[in-house]
Amino acid sequence: MNAQNPNSFRNGPDETGHFGMFGGRFVAETLMPLILQLDEAYKAAKVDPEFQAEMASYLAHYVGRPSPLYFAERLTEHLGGAKIYLKRDELNHTGAHKVNNVLGQILLARRMGKKRIIAETGAGQHGVATATLCARFGLQCVVYMGAVDVERQKPNVFRMKMLGTEIVPVQSGTKTLKDAMNEALRDWVTNVADTFYCIGTVAGPHPYPAMVRDFQSVIGRETREQMMEREGRLPDSLVACIGGGSNAIGLFHPFLDDKDVEIYGVEAAGHGVSSGLHAASLTGGRPGVLHGNRTYLLMNEDGQITDAHSISAGLDYPGIGPEHSWLHDVGRVKYISATDQEALAAFQLLSKLEGIIPALEPAHAVAKVLELAPKLPKNHLMVVNLCGRGDKDIFTVAEHLGGL
Amino acid sequence: MTTRIDTRFAACAAEGRAALVTFIMGGDPDPETSLAIVKALPKAGADLIEIGMPFTDPMADGPAIQAAGVRALAAGMSLKKTLSTVTEFRKSDDATPIILMGYYNPIYIYGVDQFLVDAKAAGVDGLIVVDLPPEEDSELCKPALAAGLNFIRLATPTTDDKRLPKVLQNTSGFVYYVSVTGITGSAIPDYSKVNSAVARIKNHTTLPVAVGFGVKSAETAEQIAQGADGVVVGTALVEAVRTSLDADNKATAKTVEAVTALVEDIAAGVRRARKQAA
Repeated sequence: MNAQNPNSFRNGPDETGHFGMFGGRFVAETLMPLILQLDEAYKAAKVDPEFQAEMASYLAHYVGRPSPLYFAERLTEHLGGAKIYLKRDELNHTGAHKVNNVLGQILLARRMGKKRIIAETGAGQHGVATATLCARFGLQCVVYMGAVDVERQKPNVFRMKMLGTEIVPVQSGTKTLKDAMNEALRDWVTNVADTFYCIGTVAGPHPYPAMVRDFQSVIGRETREQMMEREGRLPDSLVACIGGGSNAIGLFHPFLDDKDVEIYGVEAAGHGVSSGLHAASLTGGRPGVLHGNRTYLLMNEDGQITDAHSISAGLDYPGIGPEHSWLHDVGRVKYISATDQEALAAFQLLSKLEGIIPALEPAHAVAKVLELAPKLPKNHLMVVNLCGRGDKDIFTVAEHLGGL
Repeated sequence: MTTRIDTRFAACAAEGRAALVTFIMGGDPDPETSLAIVKALPKAGADLIEIGMPFTDPMADGPAIQAAGVRALAAGMSLKKTLSTVTEFRKSDDATPIILMGYYNPIYIYGVDQFLVDAKAAGVDGLIVVDLPPEEDSELCKPALAAGLNFIRLATPTTDDKRLPKVLQNTSGFVYYVSVTGITGSAIPDYSKVNSAVARIKNHTTLPVAVGFGVKSAETAEQIAQGADGVVVGTALVEAVRTSLDADNKATAKTVEAVTALVEDIAAGVRRARKQAA
């Protein structure tokens, strides 16, 4: 069923949360009633004009949307091919696309009367966004973060502390994003009555993948409008990086049924997919079940989850959102990968040519633009989702480049 | 169809007592020692045995069982070897029910159909798969029932009367009542709440109800055994394994005995709690 092309690529998931064979609700019984409650609450909010108006107002006045669609003139000249636009979601309040989703979930948590918010974070962008909105609405906030990530994303750790959030460094497993998610789930299963789990990406049990996508789709909707305004037509291609895949699905989803728009998702290849040290679940993994959903995962032959590796903490996850797994299998989106080295090179190039320091995550997307754009004609319109800014990464980059 | 699980619960009920269900992690601290522990459990007083299938990401488990899984995987444990443990155990014990407990991914990757064939052949009686709620019954629960294995479901304090029928629908063997909202090894439960929850579940089913999560000692077990048909002890046994290990997490001469001594103690507690109104 999943291998056949549907009439529309935008109808998923089905009532039980499946995109083809992917997705679902693979959680402990303790959490099932909570997930069903959340599903009901979200369904009601989604069609409530008051909720939508509240979202729109905060997106405009607090987050700072719409984010600009910027023509990267010097990058375009440098590459000599496609005309490159950057969707500037790094200009959002808190510095990344993550806030779009967090705003939606926090407003929903308020509607549900939840007073305590928990979140997992990798690079810290989702944690910062959650901490920010919890501060804004006076909610208690606990963020789980792998101990390794706490070390490599210190600026974000400090920001979260300033915002009044409790940070729990997670020492189990590989001490990165997947372990932070395990620990957040353990918290949720313990504090069922008052706690709302604010998941940062398009993964987890249904309805999270669909709900987070809906909140992030503002990126793609704006891009459509802005491109029509600027160029009088839709873009020819879209490029976005993928860890769990929330910024990517946010950009892609409104374009999935526009057959002429080519779509590229860029996974993190770490030291190279053949090295085994990577985070490219689609390229180097296979379907399995983790964190509430069936999706492509990195694992060994016994079904044990293996470590992901990426220079970017935000992409360092052995899975991917189930909708991406489905879009991969049906062939609507082309998934490719960029190595740590390629991302570092793109990070520097964009900084020097455009005066925009990207986060290491979208630097992976930019890296593939460097490959794709020169081969394309000058009238080809390419949009890259610049989903986060690089302030948090300057120390990591400095370390790799041998000092500032 | 009567399974070893049905037979054993009926036998305990006939004795007017609750059954003692013991959990140990398969392959902890190494496959050989864990087989020796499993073999020693019935004589120590275990009525049913749950063997954990180690998984890298045990989302519903507390630190003790997480660490046990890490030790087992480091010692080279795999799902195949867990099944071998059962095969070996069955050579000398054809009566004690064996239940495999864990998470879905290793089974899914093994292949559900092949796993059920191999589990049945090894002498497994039932499965507890934490991350398969009734909503995902077509994955493993229904095929397992068709293959003649019990599929034991967890009911929790969040499973209200409205949801309970759904949870019980395809459950067989027994119902595992999780006494707390939380992970394994959580705080000692509030006995009166547990007893009323057991009574509530019994209104919906004729299956035996076993209670777990938070049972740490003979005293806790005795309290729980007054109202429940079974008492599950896991984290305490896994901790007994851990504290018996040497500095490199290797088994010592005391490892098997550390577990059996605790099981004997808890089994005595369960037997002291003869049901008053049975």
